[in-house]
Amino acid sequence: MKPYDVKNCRLLAAKEIASGIFDFTVLCPEFAAMAAPGQFAHIYLPGHTLRRPISICGIDEKKGTLRFVFQIRGQGTEELARFAAGENLNILAPLGKGFPLELSRKTLLVGGGIGVPPLLGVAEQLKENAVAVLGFRSREAVILEEDFQKAGAKVLVATDDGSYGFHGLVTEMTEKEEFDAVYACGPLPMLRAAAALAEARAVPCFLSLEERMACGIGACLGCAVALRDGEGRQYYGHVCKDGPVFDARQVVL
Amino acid sequence: MAELKVKVAGIEFENPLIAASGTFGFGKEYGELYPLSVLGGVSCKGITIRERPGNPPPRVTEVPGGMLNAVGLQNPGVDHFIREDLPWLSRQGTRIIANVAGNAPEDYCETVEKLNDTCIDMVELNISCPNVKQGGVQFGTTVEGVYGITGEVRKHCAKPLMVKLSPNVTDISEMAVAAESAGADAISMINTLTGMRIDIHSRRPVIRNNTGGYSGPGLLPIALRMVWQTFQKVKIPIVGLGGISTWQDAVEMLLAGATALQIGTVLFTNPYAPLEICEGLASYMEKNGVKSLKELTGGVRPW
Repeated sequence: MKPYDVKNCRLLAAKEIASGIFDFTVLCPEFAAMAAPGQFAHIYLPGHTLRRPISICGIDEKKGTLRFVFQIRGQGTEELARFAAGENLNILAPLGKGFPLELSRKTLLVGGGIGVPPLLGVAEQLKENAVAVLGFRSREAVILEEDFQKAGAKVLVATDDGSYGFHGLVTEMTEKEEFDAVYACGPLPMLRAAAALAEARAVPCFLSLEERMACGIGACLGCAVALRDGEGRQYYGHVCKDGPVFDARQVVL
Repeated sequence: MAELKVKVAGIEFENPLIAASGTFGFGKEYGELYPLSVLGGVSCKGITIRERPGNPPPRVTEVPGGMLNAVGLQNPGVDHFIREDLPWLSRQGTRIIANVAGNAPEDYCETVEKLNDTCIDMVELNISCPNVKQGGVQFGTTVEGVYGITGEVRKHCAKPLMVKLSPNVTDISEMAVAAESAGADAISMINTLTGMRIDIHSRRPVIRNNTGGYSGPGLLPIALRMVWQTFQKVKIPIVGLGGISTWQDAVEMLLAGATALQIGTVLFTNPYAPLEICEGLASYMEKNGVKSLKELTGGVRPW
């Protein structure tokens, strides 16, 4: 069986869940059967040379669907957001390495803004063993809080402006929390803080990264990311194939 | 069934489509989608005498009509290629072209000598990578440079030798003539056109290397013009590339003067493009009574 493939997939539902943030449910039983939380899909947009990498937010193997929650970042994602239910999306998936899943391990999920969606799939697997600390700019930007709760996770929300939840950084809410691993996706300062937190607690840490990408499968070497090998030597790995999820000890942040 | 076989420098390819260097790695990733034997050949990621780390990111960005890249010849070095990558690739039933880059003539010569004793079918001399300061393009932008490096490498290369030309020159056909007279068996053209984009908020170039190579459909008309001009000046076969995305583009490139074709950037848009282009070519041939692709090469009827 092919580890990834290209398929035309029916968009079943599309809605805007916050300003500029869209929630797509796509019918693709083959991908839903193969995909793992933290992997991504490479979506074709008519007239564009490069596909757009979108993280997988949810996997429903029974219904044969994948869920994508993405933000309009530029022309490509703006055009993607214009797709309506009933239309087909040409998708190359599932790609990359996702989060390692150890279901019995209490795991802290650290998410910021549009970095939150790839963590939901993990929470849906970990259920009560997930503690999600999610940061957003403001009340209006909060997404997926109820979805994490529904998954069974303990959810703590922080906002930059204090308009909802805790006023401050997500890592400041973790003092009383106990966990055996940290998984993070978000802006660089948040990833650094998550890695530092994991180091202080002496637990493993995995980070989901992004980079401008072309082929999506590891052939073109476009999406370089600075990594460190066992001896501390730096080299360039690639987000699409070696990641997007990396052991924090590997990553040069 | 139409005959898609073509011959370049004495090497027969099952069909005219060759994966372009730098877009296809050493074949493994696309090999997950289809047998590589659907391609006439694979031109490997540019190989250097020693491992190269490549450029810092961002290395790629989309632009109208294509993309920019400045990967910077990241590769594991020729010894690793021969030991780790070639054994698998050589079992895939496709022709293998080793794209060779370097800093100095000695690097090129040493690299092609190591390849002499392997099963690769052809060497593609990369004197046109625009993304590294010393990646060979210094040899590729003057007639003397092209003549000199091609002649040097020719002495050390026991395989058919194809020279990949840069479009970032005043008259590419002069470079082709220089390569031919220095002993090249074929020309591949064109490499990427050097380009740039700037982020207006940060005022930084989008590509960390500041400039990058432009590839994609936008390149096709330029590549066609250059292949057409060069076809009139050289006798050795031309492998045409630059923006080929459809079977119609492929036919145009053959008519302009190409004997075989390379496709690259379109793979990122549609990984299955080689299969679709081959099918389209075969049906065009049948509909138009073309028995061999040779009949199309240079068949444009200029006004």
